[in-house]
Amino acid sequence: MNQPAKKSSVWLPPLLAGAAILALWYAVIAAFSIPTYLLPAPHEILHALWRERGALLPAALRTGGSALAGFFAAVGGGAVVAVALASSRLVKAALLPWVLVVQMVPVVVLVPIFVIWWGAGLPSILAIAFVISFFPVVASTTLGLVSTDRGFLDLFSVLQASNAQEIFLLRLPSALPYFLSGVKIAATLAPIGAISGEFLAGTTPNSLGYLLLIYRSDPGKMPEVFAIAMVTCALGFLFVGAVQLLSWRLLRHWHESARRGE
Amino acid sequence: MTASQPASVALEAVGKRFDGGPEVLASVTLTARPGDFVSLIGPSGCGKTTLLRLLAGLTLPSAGAITLDGVIPAEARGHLSFIFQEPTLLPWLSAQRNVELPLRLQGERAAARRERARELLRLVGLEAAAAQYPWQLSGGMKMRVSLARALTRQPGLLLLEEPFAALDELTRNRLNEDLLRWREQAPFTAFFVTHSVGEAVFLSNRIFVLAANPGRIAAEVVTPFPYPRTAELRESPEYLQLVARVTNLLRANRNPSAEKSAP
Repeated sequence: MNQPAKKSSVWLPPLLAGAAILALWYAVIAAFSIPTYLLPAPHEILHALWRERGALLPAALRTGGSALAGFFAAVGGGAVVAVALASSRLVKAALLPWVLVVQMVPVVVLVPIFVIWWGAGLPSILAIAFVISFFPVVASTTLGLVSTDRGFLDLFSVLQASNAQEIFLLRLPSALPYFLSGVKIAATLAPIGAISGEFLAGTTPNSLGYLLLIYRSDPGKMPEVFAIAMVTCALGFLFVGAVQLLSWRLLRHWHESARRGE
Repeated sequence: MTASQPASVALEAVGKRFDGGPEVLASVTLTARPGDFVSLIGPSGCGKTTLLRLLAGLTLPSAGAITLDGVIPAEARGHLSFIFQEPTLLPWLSAQRNVELPLRLQGERAAARRERARELLRLVGLEAAAAQYPWQLSGGMKMRVSLARALTRQPGLLLLEEPFAALDELTRNRLNEDLLRWREQAPFTAFFVTHSVGEAVFLSNRIFVLAANPGRIAAEVVTPFPYPRTAELRESPEYLQLVARVTNLLRANRNPSAEKSAP
C-alpha cells in the first residue's frame, strides 16, 4: 500500500506541473491572441518537429558527435592536467588560480578568437565544445586530488605506503566522486558548446546550431526554432543521463560519497 | 608475516611545539615495558593525542628523544599500528579488502592476505560482513574492522586514539573486553588515549594523568587487577574506588581556563 504511493509521489507532481504549464501555455495564447511567429502552440512545435525530422535528425547526430568529441577530449585532457596540477604544491598554487580565471571567459568572446585562428567550421566548433567543458573537469578533479582525507593520509603514512601506492590506492580513488561531478558538468556544457559553436562559427546547414540560424531568419519558422530547443534538451538529457548512470555504477558502493557527488 | 614481540617504549624529556605555537608537551619522560597497557587521560589540550602521534612518527618531537625497542618511531613503523578516532575505512573497499590493506601495501600475495584478513574478521566477529562496504556497517562494526586491520601485521605496539569515544556505552564495554581478549592471543604493548576514566581503569595496568598548558604528566596510577580481566571487574569495589581516585586526580589537574569552555 505504501510502496506504490511512494512511487507515484515521484512522478506525479512533475507530470501534473507539466500538464498545468501546457494548459497555461494554450490559455495565454488564446487570451492574448498571440501569433505563431511569437509563441507557437505546443502542437505546432510537435508538428514542426515531425515535418523537419529529415533535417533535424542528421543535424542532431552531427551536433551530438561534435559535443561528444569535445566532451571526451575535455574529460581526458582535464584529468591529465588535474593530475599534473595536483602532483606539486607549487605547480598547483601557481596555476590553479589562472585556470579558474580563464574559466570565466564567456564563449562568445572565445568564438571570434578561434575563428581567426582556425577559420569558421568544425575545428572551431570542436574547440568551443572542448574549452567549455574542459575547465570544470580540471577544477573539480584537482580539488578532489588535493582534498584527500587527512586521516587516510596518516593511515597510509603509518602503514609505510610508497608514493605510488598513495597515489593509486588512495588519492585517485578518493578523487573519483569529484572527478565524476566535474564530468557531469562537462556533460551539460559540451552540447551547449557545440551548438553555440555551430551558431556562431558554423558553415554547413547539417547541424542544430546552423539550422537555428536558418530557421530564425524566417518568421514563419518559429515552431521550428522551438523544435530545435526540444531536440537540444533531449541531447543534453542523453549526455547527462549517460554520465549519471556511469557515476551511479562506479559509486554505488560509496553511498555517502555518491550522494556528495550529486 | 613476522609477528612482533610486545615493544618497549621510552620517552626522554620529550617536548613538542608546533611552529611558532605554544608548548603542547613539555619534558615528558616515561617508559613502558613490553606488554604494558598504558592509558593517557587528561583534559582537552593536554597533548595526549600529540603524544600518540609522536609515538607513531606522524610528527617529530621538538625536544628530547623517543625510542621504540631502541629505535626511533619512523624506523619501527613495521611493528606498530595506529587506531584512529574515526574508523578510517576506505569507502570504496569491502570490509575484507580494508582489512587486507596493510598487507597489500606490504606487497603480500593475494591468497595469503585474503586468508589473514578472513582470520582477523573471524577474530573480531565480523566474518559474515566480509563483503559489506563501510556504509553498510554500524559504528561499532566499523571500529571492529578498523581493529582487525590494525592487528593484521601483528604489531608490537598498538596506538589507540579514543577509538571508542563515538560508541554507545554497551558497545564500548564489549569492545574493551574483546580488545583485552585479543591481546591474550597476540600480545602487544598498548598506548590508549581516552576521556573515559572507567575505560582507562578497565583496560590498562598503568594510567598517566596529564595536565595542560603545557601538556605534562601529572600523576601515574598503577592498577592492581591481574589479566585476563572480564566484565565482572567493573562491579568490584576496588575498581569503583580506583575510578573515583583517577577521577579526583583528573579534577585536581584540570586546566582552570578549560573550565569555562567545558560543556
